[in-house]
Amino acid sequence: MAQWFLDLHPAWQALVRVLLFLLPVLMLVPGLIWWERRLLSWMQDRIGPNRVATITWSKTSKMVPGFLRGKKTKLFGLLQPIADGVKLFFKEDVTPSASDRFLYFVAPGIALFPAFALGGTLPWAPWRSLTPIADVNIGILYVLAISSLGVYGVVLAGYSGNNKYSLMGGLRASAQLISYELAMGMSLACIVLATGSLKMTDMIKAQEGAFWGALPWAQNWFVFTPYGFVAMVVFMICMVAETNRAPFDLPEAENELIAGYHTEYSSMKFAVFFMGEYAAMFVFSGVLASVFFGGYNMAPFNWDYIAQNAPPFWAGVAGFLGKMNYWLAPLWFIGKIAFFISVYIWIRATLPRLRYDQLMSLGWKSLLPLATFNFIIVAAWILVNRLVTEQRSPLAGTIAGFGLWVVAGILAYSIWRIVKRASAEPELEVRTIKMVDPVGEATV
Amino acid sequence: MNTSELLTPNMGVFALLGGIAAFGAVGVVAFNNATRSALCLVLTFFTLAFLYFTLTAEMIGILQIVVYTGAIMVLFLFVIMLLNLGALKSLFEDRDPKMLIGGVLGLGMAALLGSQVLAPMAKVTQMRAPEGIGSPQSVGYSLFSTYLYPFEIASVLLLLGIVGSILLAKRRI
Repeated sequence: MAQWFLDLHPAWQALVRVLLFLLPVLMLVPGLIWWERRLLSWMQDRIGPNRVATITWSKTSKMVPGFLRGKKTKLFGLLQPIADGVKLFFKEDVTPSASDRFLYFVAPGIALFPAFALGGTLPWAPWRSLTPIADVNIGILYVLAISSLGVYGVVLAGYSGNNKYSLMGGLRASAQLISYELAMGMSLACIVLATGSLKMTDMIKAQEGAFWGALPWAQNWFVFTPYGFVAMVVFMICMVAETNRAPFDLPEAENELIAGYHTEYSSMKFAVFFMGEYAAMFVFSGVLASVFFGGYNMAPFNWDYIAQNAPPFWAGVAGFLGKMNYWLAPLWFIGKIAFFISVYIWIRATLPRLRYDQLMSLGWKSLLPLATFNFIIVAAWILVNRLVTEQRSPLAGTIAGFGLWVVAGILAYSIWRIVKRASAEPELEVRTIKMVDPVGEATV
Repeated sequence: MNTSELLTPNMGVFALLGGIAAFGAVGVVAFNNATRSALCLVLTFFTLAFLYFTLTAEMIGILQIVVYTGAIMVLFLFVIMLLNLGALKSLFEDRDPKMLIGGVLGLGMAALLGSQVLAPMAKVTQMRAPEGIGSPQSVGYSLFSTYLYPFEIASVLLLLGIVGSILLAKRRI
């Protein structure tokens, strides 16, 4: 990076870094809403919003070039979010008279804060002077801490409106977010163990190493390792639950709670909740991409290694792709985020909403044990590795390796149990009724 | 020490964060409404974390947010909302002699704590801990070497709490 940037006062540098992260997120949120509506309607065999931003050219005007006269230019309804925004601005802002005024006004802001603050340690390119905003040695803990603050906006919104359905939504949200945070923390702890660092930048660097330590031309993205794959699945489920998205959108279940915690909100305050939700989706997708999917790297290949060891033509291609990989890094990162957001929408279109007890049992009885076993396996893996390579004691390594297989067996068994439980017929509670017959005539 | 020496940017940041934390702490006891008190406590814990950040103790600051702001206070709010505690008018009594005794005892406690904390602080000249102190590595290392037994005993205590709550909550195990 240019030296003049590093010569600026640190406060200016920090401001530039914050703006470089925040402005794209703010600008992409409306696009995200459009994408969700169009993709969802495509998946549900509808058309979706496709009319806004259709330009009908005049048939007679001299200002319009000849080939356009009387034609229509369609832009796939891309300006729909702007129309929605204008509508929301001009809607009446109703404040319930029995509400807790101060909390009612503050809650949308509190809901918006963690969604944007989440990305503070998220690197979106290999350019260290521009990103992440702060490369502190607690990177991933910061993400967990800020995501745990997300519950306050929802809870306060539910409480302050003085509506029992809102309150129910807030209560559900607080229980749900606390439950899923545990499994999320455990799944990220596996990656922390494997990397040996809490920094997000170190995690991405670790993923640029040789594939399984054996194939130097491929990158070792954590999703390709067995423990990383399990952790990725757990993290992804928890991520959907943390952002209150379907099938975990119990806090706003509209067939039970009207609209859940934001029932009493209208106009722009209502829109702010949605902005927070979409920004959180965006940033969580970014965390998923950087922790498990190689961050800002284009594809799991070490282009430099290929460029040095391949035949001339392919070496040239690899060199070119390596340059692309470096200079277009934000593009690859955004591409991955777009893919994960599409997965979010795909999940929403596919799965029905969970029941509350199903949600709790999934979080506590399936995901948390799975993530914990995964954690133990990673620890054992590292122990075996150290015993064999550093201590040079094959006997201890063999014993530890045997232990690793036992733990892995327990993990496989528990996964099998979970899959079996998920796919099998639900175990219905059997209740028997004993008929009391005071007269003693009827026989049942 | 004259005033111009005191008016540094660091002092400004500290005064801002410390002031918010102190006002939040006052609000915890001053508000009648249980929810507002809890929220003031959240604010205090949150700004305390930022005070740690300004001392480059990121680890302790982020643990403050994770444990207190993110977990304990959410549970507090959860319980308050579950019981739907409104403003407790009956608890608000004025001219109670107990208030005077409580105030004196509270001031005595503050003086005792303050003297214990402030006396060693008078000799402090360096503002920040040296690099590496309080980093995740050093905290983890001391937890699993010097403080291994207290750490493990604390974990057993937590386990006992969990087992006990299950015993109390479940009628049939």
